[in-house]
Amino acid sequence: MSEDKKTPLYDEHVALGAAMTGFGGWLMPLRYTSDLAEHRAVRTSAGLFDLSHMGEIEVTGPEAGAALDHALVGSASGIAVGRAKYSMICADDGSVLDDLIVYRLTDERFLVVANAGNTELVARELLARCEGHGVVVADRSQDAALIAVQGPAAVQIVTAMVADDDVETVRDLRYYAAVPTTLQVGAGVRALVARTGYTGEDGFELFVASEDAVALWRALLERFGGDGGLLVPAGLSARDSLRLEAGMPLYGHELDTTTTPFEAGLGRVVRLDKVDDAGERVEFVGRAALAARQASPPARVLVGLKGLGRRPARAGYDVVLPGSGTKAGVVTSGAPSPTLGCPIAMAYVTPEVSAEGTELAVDVRGRPEPFVVVPMPFYRRGEH
Amino acid sequence: MADAADFPANLRYSVEHEWVDGASPATVGITSVASEALGDVVYLELPEVGATIESGTVVGEIESTKSVSELYSPVSGAVVEVNQAAIDDPAVVNADPFGAGWLFKVDVTSTGDLLSAEDYAAHAR
Repeated sequence: MSEDKKTPLYDEHVALGAAMTGFGGWLMPLRYTSDLAEHRAVRTSAGLFDLSHMGEIEVTGPEAGAALDHALVGSASGIAVGRAKYSMICADDGSVLDDLIVYRLTDERFLVVANAGNTELVARELLARCEGHGVVVADRSQDAALIAVQGPAAVQIVTAMVADDDVETVRDLRYYAAVPTTLQVGAGVRALVARTGYTGEDGFELFVASEDAVALWRALLERFGGDGGLLVPAGLSARDSLRLEAGMPLYGHELDTTTTPFEAGLGRVVRLDKVDDAGERVEFVGRAALAARQASPPARVLVGLKGLGRRPARAGYDVVLPGSGTKAGVVTSGAPSPTLGCPIAMAYVTPEVSAEGTELAVDVRGRPEPFVVVPMPFYRRGEH
Repeated sequence: MADAADFPANLRYSVEHEWVDGASPATVGITSVASEALGDVVYLELPEVGATIESGTVVGEIESTKSVSELYSPVSGAVVEVNQAAIDDPAVVNADPFGAGWLFKVDVTSTGDLLSAEDYAAHAR
C-alpha cells in the first residue's frame, strides 16, 4: 500500500483540528467538529469543502468533442462552451468505471472531473479511447485544487470574492455552468468558478492552481468563517450525508463495475442515439451492451428507503421481505438523515418490491427494522 | 494526543473505551476517545433494567451519523438504571461523556480487567 496523498490544504485541516481519514488514496478531513453541525451549516448557511482529491483531466484538440463522444456514454460534443454535463465512462460490458462531470472550457478544450480513487483509471482509459483523434489527454490533478462553497449563502460568499465587474456573471451563473474569473485574493487568483455541487444545495466549486489553494481557503474563512460566520468548514462525513439526502449516487456504493447506468436509474445519461459530424451513429465504448441492457427488464433497481424505526441501515445490509425474511436486495448507502430526523438509505432491490410505498425491512445486525420505499431525492431544497 | 489529564483519575477504564466509577451501584459510560471517534451519537441501545450483564460482553450499541459500534460492559452485575435522558437526546454523550452522558448503572458483582487513567491514556495513544 502506498501512503495516502495530502492535498495542498492538509495543514489547514490539521490546524482546524480535523479528524483525518483515508479516502480514494488521499488523506481527507472526515469532520472538523461535528458531522451534524457541518451538515446543518450547508443546509442553512454555507459549508466549505476541500475537494482537491478529485481528479482533473484535460482533453484538448480539434477533435476533443468527438473523442469524448466515443469514450463516454453521454454527448460531449453537444455541450455548449461554458456548460457542464454529468456523464459516465463505461466498460465494454456497459458497467460503470466512473461517474464524471465534463466541462467544456472552449471549443477544443474539455475538463473531465473524476472520482479520486478512479482518476488514474479514467486518465488511462481516456488516453486509450481517444487515440487516433489527435487529442492531448493530460491528468492535471496534481496541479489543481478544488474548493467548494455549498449552501444558501454560497452565492453571497462567492460573489464577494470576485471583482465588481464579475459579480453579475457569477451571481447569474446557471446550474452546471462555469466561468473563468479572477478571485480577489492577494494579487488575484485565477479560478474556474462552476455552479455545481454534491449537496442538494445551491453552491459553487472553485478550481484553482494548487499553489493558490491555501490563500483562497484562508481568505474565505477570514471573511466569512469564525463564530457566527456564514461559512463552516465541512468534512467528508457531512458531504456523504448531504449527498445521500439529495439522492446522489456515490461511486463504490450505488455505482461500480457490476452496475450499468440503467439499474442506478441514470439511464438518461446514456445517449444511444448520438451521432457524429457525418450523421453516423457513434459506436461509443459500451454501446452494444447498454443498448441490449436498455431493451431488457432490469434484475434490480435502485430505490430510496425511509426508516420507520430509529436504527439506521448501513451499506451492505440485506433488504428483506417483512414477515418471511426472504432477501430482496442490498443497502448501498444508509445513515440517519440529519434533516429528516429518520434513517434513510439507498438500496438495490428486485423490481417486484421497488414500487413507492412498498413496505420492506432491513436486517440491521440480526434484527429486522421496518423501511418503506420512497421517491428520491429524500431532500429537495426549499421543501424542508 | 490522549493524555492522562484528559481522563478523570477516579474512574477505571476498559480497553474497549468504557469507563466505570467506584460507587455502588457503579456508573458506566464511554470515554471521550470513543465519543470523538464515533462522531455525533444519534441512537443508543442500552441493556434493560434488571438484566444481568457480564464484563467484556456486548450489552448494547451506539450509532453515530457515520458508524455503529458495540457497547461492551466493563463490569458484571445487574443493571439497575439506564440514562433515559441520553437515550432521548444522545448528543449529551458527545457533549459530556464523563458526566451527563453516562449510560447505565450496575450492581457490580465483579469487574473485568480495568485500567487506571494513566494506563488508559497510554492505551488510547
